[in-house]
Amino acid sequence: MDKLVEIVAKSLMLPAEKITEELKYNSIPEWDSVAHMALVTELEDAYGIMLETDDIVGMSSVAKIREILSKYDAAA
Amino acid sequence: MMLRPDALEGRIALVTGAGRGIGLATAKMLAEAGAIVWLNARTVGSLEQTCAEVGNGARAVYFDVTDPAAVREGFVTIQKECKKLDILVNNAGILRDAVIEMASVELMDDIWRTNLRGVLLCAQYGARLMARAGGGSIVNVASIIGRFGNSGQVVYGASKAGVIGATLSLSKELAARQIRVNAVAPGVIDTDMIADLPAEKREKLLGSIGMGRVGAAEDVAKLITFLASDMANYVTGQVVGVDGGLVV
Repeated sequence: MDKLVEIVAKSLMLPAEKITEELKYNSIPEWDSVAHMALVTELEDAYGIMLETDDIVGMSSVAKIREILSKYDAAA
Repeated sequence: MMLRPDALEGRIALVTGAGRGIGLATAKMLAEAGAIVWLNARTVGSLEQTCAEVGNGARAVYFDVTDPAAVREGFVTIQKECKKLDILVNNAGILRDAVIEMASVELMDDIWRTNLRGVLLCAQYGARLMARAGGGSIVNVASIIGRFGNSGQVVYGASKAGVIGATLSLSKELAARQIRVNAVAPGVIDTDMIADLPAEKREKLLGSIGMGRVGAAEDVAKLITFLASDMANYVTGQVVGVDGGLVV
């Protein structure tokens, strides 16, 4: 399974098949600000990085997260 | 029950503005209680001797709280080295007096960037590290001036009132993640900040302190150490004065 999809699914407590590239922050009850911070922690642990605040704010969709991670040389 | 000597054993703490005054006294007290303390200051190399004095494996992390990228780097260092943060003491602050008509925009920005935005930035990264470790304690150093005001300290007072406001909201926002956030509000403390007061002003000041003496940095450090410890494990969102009965 795609590593990022796996992490997002785990953080939002959703089945992986529900995680699409287009899935947006705040578009479903499962992806609220609390889940977002859980997702940040999971990503940081998985990729060994510390996300910048602007990037945490900018993680508006799964696709966007993938784009942001590439900046950290984290293969998503 | 007294705070046990090993009350903070195994805890990782960061104290900003730890080179002197309240920050240094706090770093020493936290280390005495068993915490491994990261001391922060702006000038690289300035804390090496101080860390040795503080002991218990104390280390220096240099960043300017007004520089967001540098703050982030500092917390990344702590995360890399220690994998967690349990205690954050937001102490770095500056005091510059000016009556409202003479408060330049530059002075306003300098004070707010250090005293308020610096606290927010450190809380932002500190909370993230604490949440991973299952909780923690943030203690913000406010001031009696932020609660009751003082002539000539409009900008400073506004920045410290901001710290109090941030403390109250942070405590609510972070409670679910078991992060406690409190503030201390010192009165007149014998630090470099008041060292330059003219004798006459100092006398007048003493007259307004109920206990008749200026506070020591250690008086504030004791309160901070208490709030940082499990002795205060159900205390959050509080602003506690440490002022010897000062009336401003």
